[in-house]
Amino acid sequence: METAWSDLRALVGAEHFRTSKLEEAVDDVLPHMVIEPANPEEVAGALKIVTGAGLQVIPRGGATKMDWGNPPRSGELMVSTRRLNRVVEHAWGDMTATVEAGCTLQQLQQTLAEHGQRLALDPLWPDQATIGGILATNDSGPLRIRFGSLRDLVIGITLALPDGTLAKSGGKVVKNVAGYDLPKLATGSLGTLGIITQAIFRLHPVPREIRTLSFSNADSQTMNALVLAIQDCNMVPTGVQVRAGNSSTPEVDLRFEGTTAGCEAQIEQTLRIASGARRIESPADIWNARSTLWSGAEPSVVCKFSLLPADLGNFLNLIRKASEPQHLPWRLVAQAVGVGYLRLEGNDTGALLNALQDFRKNLETRGGSLVILRCPLEIKSKMDVWGSAGDALPLMRSIKAQFDPTAALNPGRFIGGI
Amino acid sequence: MEARILGEFRAIVGKGLITEASELHTYECDGLTNLRVLPQAVLLPTSTREVQAIVRICQREKIPFVARGSGTGLSGGALPVETGVLISLARMNHILEVDLPNARVVVEPGVVNSDVTQRVASHGYFFAPDPSSQSVCTIGGNLAENSGGAHCLKYGFTTTHVLALEVVLPDASIVHLGSRALDRPGYDLPGIFVGSEGTLGIATKVVLRVMKKPAVIQTLLAAFNTTTEAGAAVSGIIGAGMLPAAIEMMDNLAIQAAEAAVHAGYPNCGGLLLVELDGPAAEVEHLMDQVGEICTQCGAWEIRVAQSDAERALVWKGRKAAFAAVGRISPNYIVQDGVVPRTALPKILSEIERMSAADGLRVANVFHAGDGNLHPLVLYDRRIPGQEERATELSINILRLCVKFGGSITGEHGVGAEKKMMMGEMFAEPDLETMQLVRCAFDPEHLSNPGKVFPRTRMCAERTGPYQPHPLEVAGVAQFF
Repeated sequence: METAWSDLRALVGAEHFRTSKLEEAVDDVLPHMVIEPANPEEVAGALKIVTGAGLQVIPRGGATKMDWGNPPRSGELMVSTRRLNRVVEHAWGDMTATVEAGCTLQQLQQTLAEHGQRLALDPLWPDQATIGGILATNDSGPLRIRFGSLRDLVIGITLALPDGTLAKSGGKVVKNVAGYDLPKLATGSLGTLGIITQAIFRLHPVPREIRTLSFSNADSQTMNALVLAIQDCNMVPTGVQVRAGNSSTPEVDLRFEGTTAGCEAQIEQTLRIASGARRIESPADIWNARSTLWSGAEPSVVCKFSLLPADLGNFLNLIRKASEPQHLPWRLVAQAVGVGYLRLEGNDTGALLNALQDFRKNLETRGGSLVILRCPLEIKSKMDVWGSAGDALPLMRSIKAQFDPTAALNPGRFIGGI
Repeated sequence: MEARILGEFRAIVGKGLITEASELHTYECDGLTNLRVLPQAVLLPTSTREVQAIVRICQREKIPFVARGSGTGLSGGALPVETGVLISLARMNHILEVDLPNARVVVEPGVVNSDVTQRVASHGYFFAPDPSSQSVCTIGGNLAENSGGAHCLKYGFTTTHVLALEVVLPDASIVHLGSRALDRPGYDLPGIFVGSEGTLGIATKVVLRVMKKPAVIQTLLAAFNTTTEAGAAVSGIIGAGMLPAAIEMMDNLAIQAAEAAVHAGYPNCGGLLLVELDGPAAEVEHLMDQVGEICTQCGAWEIRVAQSDAERALVWKGRKAAFAAVGRISPNYIVQDGVVPRTALPKILSEIERMSAADGLRVANVFHAGDGNLHPLVLYDRRIPGQEERATELSINILRLCVKFGGSITGEHGVGAEKKMMMGEMFAEPDLETMQLVRCAFDPEHLSNPGKVFPRTRMCAERTGPYQPHPLEVAGVAQFF
């Protein structure tokens, strides 16, 4: 190990190679050392040294989601992308941008806004979360109903592989089918195939006007009917969000972007469709509602669920039914496309576990999923955070084995023990 | 092929086995007709189980197999392998399920693209990917090539609209990639499978996402003296913060061809622009006025807006027929599919013009201007000695130019057999080696559509690293299936 450490020190300079701090532990695994490479070549070089020495690596961006995933089996070295923080190119005429992995989304958006453009993505904590981390966790928000998620926005990627290879895939043009689509494979892979060092995105214009309106619904079924009715007409909302909790009736938020006339016309149409619901004042910062699920009484669990859009009402009823007898307070923010986030509180971890297992079983049976994002470590020791990968798990394992044969990257944190 | 093996195939597909040379010729090429190979046999399975049984034999006997839809591909992706079999999915052409509340449609791979839209149109839905061959090409072929079409500028490619797949892997196992709901945990396997040009296995069932048809669709036709002027209008439209559903451009030669073929009523001009906007009525009307103004400022001398479905259909008919129409003005032609960053369009067009003049070969240009996807059509006459070679060379040089401008050798037609030697000009060796790691995970023996996409085949090392059980497995709390 000492040889590897001195090689790493020589690679990046002593000032960028240090011992870890206690708060840098991932679940209960504390890496010995933290390295902060200056460029993609140094990332690749560091990986080659570490894997050559048989050691394990935990990649890190803005450290906002380090508790996502199962606890790592080990991880002697943490590779931070903090210094890879440049917006390499904003080709505004082509509506693309090339950005290094350690750049925060906020910094990228500020640069893009200078030319009236944006990455049409609204993940959690944009002021701290980095491009690399957002890609690795495939995080997306309400905008996806109109612009898709990362898989629809990322057009190129550079990956540093455990053997020190730096590989590019995709490119700088929006339309490109040359070769396999590695940007999609890397998206959501939680750093288990390689470390993303750079990404290229397609961009969208900053909207001329944004309008939000909110409704309160009597119950889950009328809420679900409203959400489906909105999707079944030919309006083009850029956000359709459901908020619910144990102490409130379900609320629906809608957002339109575009010209004033376009927004007005769609709002009018919405009011006709939503005549059965009560219009309410839209709370401030409502499109960040999801991030509020990370605060509240402890202990708690925050999880992400996915389901078919028409199943949302039934799922809300299930949560209500399961949590009431156990007195588990809960809050939920869901997008109409069928992706949502649930916070469940309660002192009895047994009750929390039972509820989570119940929800997961129900969702998986109907083609959905439940992934635990944050929870007490005790729960992680009793329940896999990812759920089932189905019959594709052997294939996922062999992809992992091809890219990372010694299981050096984030060992054990991903699905199926990958 | 040994009679023993043919007998086994016959036992699976019965009359769906073709071995007669005269019948095999139907399958010797796809839309790229200058590459032709006769397979040993053609098989027409009717179910996933039959596909699996065929692949199981191929796996056992190490027989390469190539899947085929309608054979409209333009890069030789469905070109048979001489020592192998061709598996046509044409008989697996059923729409299995329509779930409109969730906007999902489940199909077999042999379903024709436009049949999906037709099935859901009465409820106001459509399937967005619209390659020009959409009335013939199949979903299986679309997903192999990750097909685009004119409207992918706004709506994305096939990969955007494929949520889940049932696949027969080259080892004959059946796996399910993705799910009907979004964001299935694990690697994005539909993301890597779509666009892999048949090299990772055979899709036997596909869950598609359909979309609600926009409230209003308007198509504007603008005539300019030059493609440069038309190109400036495209920049103006994008610069104004609009995202049209489609922006297409044709040069004079392409216009002449389209007119000769389908009489679309295009103005005879140097650069024709076709801009389609869709969305809420109030929005489209407002923005269309703006598009018209931008075109006028850039020198458009005629502007028409097609309002009715019939008018729009005629406008699009000329554009969609453009490739075939070129056959009216030239005995032979090569279609290419390069992409450049949109701002490089004027530069590359003048460069193509220069190369075309220098070589004495005409080049017609039809392209998706909004996303920089060029379809230069190099016209030639095979009967004139040496012209075919010169035309091929010119079309390759155009692709080289695309790479030089930071673009791609293919935007929607795929690499296939045709452009695999160009991959090395676009990607470095480590890039190509890394992509092939995926191939090694899916198809270590290179049985599924071998010899396509990559210039050289990576030898697949057995890289199954030591599997370390998860602590939960050790503790006996969880099991992985």
